[in-house]
Amino acid sequence: MNTLLGVVIPYWGQSLLRVLGGLVAVLLPAGTIVYVFLFKMMSFMQSRLGPMEAGPYGSLQLVAEVGKWLQKEDIQPTNADKPVFKLAPIIVLMSTFLLVVVVPFGPDAWFTNLETGIFYALAVSSISVLGILMAGWSSANKYSLLGGLRAAGQLIAYELPMVLAVMGVVIQAGTMNLQQIVVAQNAGSIFGINTFGNPYVITQFVGFIVFMIAIQAELTQAPFDMPIAESELVSGYMTEYSGFRFLIFFIGEFATAGVFAMIASTLFLGGWGVPFSWFGWTSMDSVANWMNVVGPLIVFTKMMVLTFFIMWVRFTYPRFREDQLQRFAWKVLIPVSLVNIMLTAVLKVMF
Amino acid sequence: MAQLPGLLKGLGITFGTMMRTFKNGSNTVQYPHEKEAPPVRARGVIALHQDNCTSCMLCSRSCPDWCIYIEAHKELAPPRREGGKPRQVNLLDRFDIDYALCMYCGICVEVCPFDALFWSPEYEYSEPNITDMLHDKTKLSEWMETVPEAPALEVGADKKKK
Repeated sequence: MNTLLGVVIPYWGQSLLRVLGGLVAVLLPAGTIVYVFLFKMMSFMQSRLGPMEAGPYGSLQLVAEVGKWLQKEDIQPTNADKPVFKLAPIIVLMSTFLLVVVVPFGPDAWFTNLETGIFYALAVSSISVLGILMAGWSSANKYSLLGGLRAAGQLIAYELPMVLAVMGVVIQAGTMNLQQIVVAQNAGSIFGINTFGNPYVITQFVGFIVFMIAIQAELTQAPFDMPIAESELVSGYMTEYSGFRFLIFFIGEFATAGVFAMIASTLFLGGWGVPFSWFGWTSMDSVANWMNVVGPLIVFTKMMVLTFFIMWVRFTYPRFREDQLQRFAWKVLIPVSLVNIMLTAVLKVMF
Repeated sequence: MAQLPGLLKGLGITFGTMMRTFKNGSNTVQYPHEKEAPPVRARGVIALHQDNCTSCMLCSRSCPDWCIYIEAHKELAPPRREGGKPRQVNLLDRFDIDYALCMYCGICVEVCPFDALFWSPEYEYSEPNITDMLHDKTKLSEWMETVPEAPALEVGADKKKK
C-alpha cells in the first residue's frame, strides 16, 4: 500500500491514512449500529417508532446525544483513584481500535497483515477487561466494583469458548492470518462444488454458534449483561462516569460490537471476498483491484447481518443469573467447542 | 436443549412485532403532531359551573391536598314571591384550583351536591411557571365549554346536567 492511484505516498501520509481509516472503520459501524439497531430496531420490536424528531426519521438523534454528553459536567467521585478513573474508558476504547487493525477489508485494503492475525485479535480483545476492572475499582463505589468483578469473571469465562471456537477455523484454514482465512474460504469448495466457495459457517456451524454466543457475552449484551445489570448494580462499572467519559464507554460498547461482528464475518462468512469462482480467480494475486472498493462494503454488509443477530438476541432475552451464566460457559460451551475441535481435526486429517 | 423451542419462539415474537410495526405502524402516537382523543370520562381538568356553586366549601374541605381555595360573601337577592323577604345568597369572590397540587382524585367532583364541578378531558394546560397552574374562577368556567355530554346512565337515572 505504498502507492494510491499511481501517487507514491510517504510514510507519514500512510500513517495518517491508516489512522483516518481506523477511525472510520470503528466509528462508522458504531454510529450505524446505534441508529439502525439500538434506536430503530429495538423500538420496532417494542411496537414504537423510536426517536423521530432530530433529522429526517430521527437520523440525527445520535449527533444530538453526543452533543448532549459533550456539554455535561465531568464528575469524578471524591474518593476515586483519579488517574486510573480517567484512564479506564480510554483503555476500553483502545482495545477496540487495536482490534480493528487486523480486520482485512480487501486484497490490499488492510491496516496490518499479521501472520498471527486472529491470535493477536483474541489477545487484544481481552485488554478491555482490564479497562473495565480499572473502571470498577477506581470508582470508589461498591456497586461499580461488583460490576467490574462480574465483568472480569464473565469475560474470562467466555474468552475460552471464543478461543476454542476460533481454533476450529484455524485448523480448517491451516493459517492464523485473517487474509489467508478469507482466501481459503472463497477459493475453497465443498465436495467439489465451488459456487459458494467454502464459507466456514457451513462446515464450522457449531463453532460459529459458540463464537456468536461468546462475543455476545464479551460485549456484555443481554442476556449476558450481568455486569451492568441496571436493576441491581445501577450501571455496574459505568455508574460513576458522566459526560465524555461515559460517551467513550458507550462508543466502545457498540464499536466493539461492530468490530467483533467484522471478525466473525471474516472467520465464518468469507470476509471481504466473493466466491473466487464467480470471476475465475484462483488465488490472492489474481483478485481484481476493484475488490479494494467493494470489499469494505461487503464486510460492512456482513457485519450488519451479524450485528442484527446480536441485537435481536439482546432485545429478546431476559438476563442470565450469575450461576447460570458461568455454568453455561463452563459446562456447555467449552465442552461443545472442544468436541468441535476434535471432530474438525479428525476430518481435516481424513480429507 | 429442552429450552430451545421456547428460545426460538421468543425470537419469533420480537421479529414478528418488528415486522408488524413495519407494516401497520406502531401502537404509539407521535404526540405533538398527532393527538389521541382521550376517552369521554378522562380526568383532564376540572371545570366550574359558577351558577350552581353555593360556596358550601364541601369540595374545599374534602380535597386531600387542599388545592381548592374558596372565598365568598353574602348578598341579598330579591324575594321569590311578591311581598316576600329578600333572600340571602352566597356570591363567589374567589374559586381557585391549584393544579400544581391537584392529584386528580375527583373527590371534589363527587362530593359537590349542586353539580357545580365537572370533569373535562382537556389536558394541554401545562405552564412554564408553576404559579400559572393556579386556575381562577374565570379560567375554570372557561373549561366548561370542553366538558362533554355526560354518558347515558342506566334506565331511569338522571344524567348530570351541565
